[in-house]
Amino acid sequence: MSLAEVFSLPFMQRALLAAIFTGLAAPAVGTYLVQRRLALMGDGIGHVAVTGVALGLLTGTSPTWTAVVVAVLGAVAIEVIRERGSTNGDVALALLFYGGLAGGVFLTGLGGTGAARLQSFLFGSITTISETDVIVTMVLAACTVVVCVGLAPQLFAVAQDQDFARVAGLRVRFYNVLVAVFAAVSVTVAMRTVGLLLVSALMVVPVATAQQLTRSFRTTLTAAMGLGVVASLGGLLVAAFAPAGTKVYPGPTIVLLALAGFVITWPVGAWLRHRQRLTAPFPTHDVPPLDHVDSDAHPHAHGPDCGHVAVRHGDHVDYVHDGHRHAEHGGHYDEH
Amino acid sequence: MTDPVDLREGAVAIDGRPVLRGLDLTVRSGDFLALMGPNGSGKSTLVRAITGLLPLTAGSLELFGTDIEDFEEWSRIGYVPQRPGAGSGVPASVWEIVASGRLGRRKLFRPLSRADRAAIDDALEVVGLAHRAKDGIHRLSGGQQQRVLIARALAGEPEMLLLDEPTAGVDIANQRALAATLQELGSRGSTIVLVAHELGPLAPLVTRAVVMRDGRIVQDGPPLADHGAPHEHHHHDHAQVPVSGHTVGLSAPLEGGQR
Repeated sequence: MSLAEVFSLPFMQRALLAAIFTGLAAPAVGTYLVQRRLALMGDGIGHVAVTGVALGLLTGTSPTWTAVVVAVLGAVAIEVIRERGSTNGDVALALLFYGGLAGGVFLTGLGGTGAARLQSFLFGSITTISETDVIVTMVLAACTVVVCVGLAPQLFAVAQDQDFARVAGLRVRFYNVLVAVFAAVSVTVAMRTVGLLLVSALMVVPVATAQQLTRSFRTTLTAAMGLGVVASLGGLLVAAFAPAGTKVYPGPTIVLLALAGFVITWPVGAWLRHRQRLTAPFPTHDVPPLDHVDSDAHPHAHGPDCGHVAVRHGDHVDYVHDGHRHAEHGGHYDEH
Repeated sequence: MTDPVDLREGAVAIDGRPVLRGLDLTVRSGDFLALMGPNGSGKSTLVRAITGLLPLTAGSLELFGTDIEDFEEWSRIGYVPQRPGAGSGVPASVWEIVASGRLGRRKLFRPLSRADRAAIDDALEVVGLAHRAKDGIHRLSGGQQQRVLIARALAGEPEMLLLDEPTAGVDIANQRALAATLQELGSRGSTIVLVAHELGPLAPLVTRAVVMRDGRIVQDGPPLADHGAPHEHHHHDHAQVPVSGHTVGLSAPLEGGQR
């Protein structure tokens, strides 16, 4: 099957659209969750949304909409518990997570729809997505992206330093609830792509990958959204071009691709951080160092290409040499 | 001209426990005021009450002549909180942190105006960190991070700057840079209120020292000579008895005498 043939299939076109929009929206919200150190919040909302899906299946209404409503309610509840800052906040969150998951499975049983139907929401079924669902997904994802990118300065400031944002006159609680609501919205958006149990991965992993290499918030946000799209599309295509006879689910493939991206960039990030620490300038003090310590007999002359890391130290250069610092002084080296 | 801060009979409680009681404080325009006192005396609580972060349980507070309940011109106030220990989970550049100081003056969904960018650049210039604008905030030392937070407050072009312990844990070189920054601001006519345990290089700039103890103001006037001294040990009789040296281990040995 060629690429053109795949793209001509209507269900694949729908799946590709859903993948692109999900890949953009989930990491956009995820960046703010990671910034607040709430990386697992998406996971919690995903659990609560299971009850929403089950409610939809039980009452015969659209599971997408009931999931949106229940997930938003759950997200606001999580935000309220967090804001209260009670010491048992994480326990309260755990109660909500498991209540949501158990309630969902319980209601599915009552409805008699069976576990298979629920499973398509738990692990995603992007290739069976209907036309209405694609439109709903696109609209909700677009709203999420507009809010997360358009209000980036405000959301960034609130997540970075709440006290400062409040004194600057920002309505901190409004923005906190806004992030919670759109986290819930993007959970339900990503529900059809990667499934409720893996939603959090698509929100968090691209951000974790991006920040290995970035220094600013805006590039992290943009790069995470780009990585989200690459992972979503890539996972979908890998699943579509899997050799005949093998069953490759798109949802887990998307998540595994995202994780692979992290595995590849992590060593690069670790090396960059190591390099930064080595080359950071040593502090210069007003008083010269008191101890004048000569290094031992030295086998070679330090210079630009001696292989040792050169670091500025006031008016001269130190060379990092086996964990200590050499500074040229006359015909020998001082330990600095 | 209305006073930036006018606090009458102010009281603040944290979790029901009274921390500040019966405080009267008027900050006049152009003051360079240092809030001093031992740990737990309520200095930071007072600053947080002035910014509205902590509600008054009694008394009244007016900012620039408006009751704090109705006060909306928050861009007139620049707040520099104590340096947070942890940081956020996502990288942020120095420039981005300072740019967030403009939010009080920006409209939603609008890009930065030319005036915004000029104010951000100016703020970075004043604290002497313009060359680090593109760097991640985590790559800066503690003292430099403190200066970034000051630049963030300055970017909003406030009339009054409130600084909570700007010198705590900051080395002497950065304290001097901070003093130079505040001197520049003072000469521009800004009102400055800062919380400090010891003044160090800031001492010559302070025009008014308010000493707190146990949630009350015990002294308000020009700074005493010993406020600038490092490792000052405050003790109960500070306001009444002249102090000579720091070996006051007599009346309250647990509070200041042990050296």
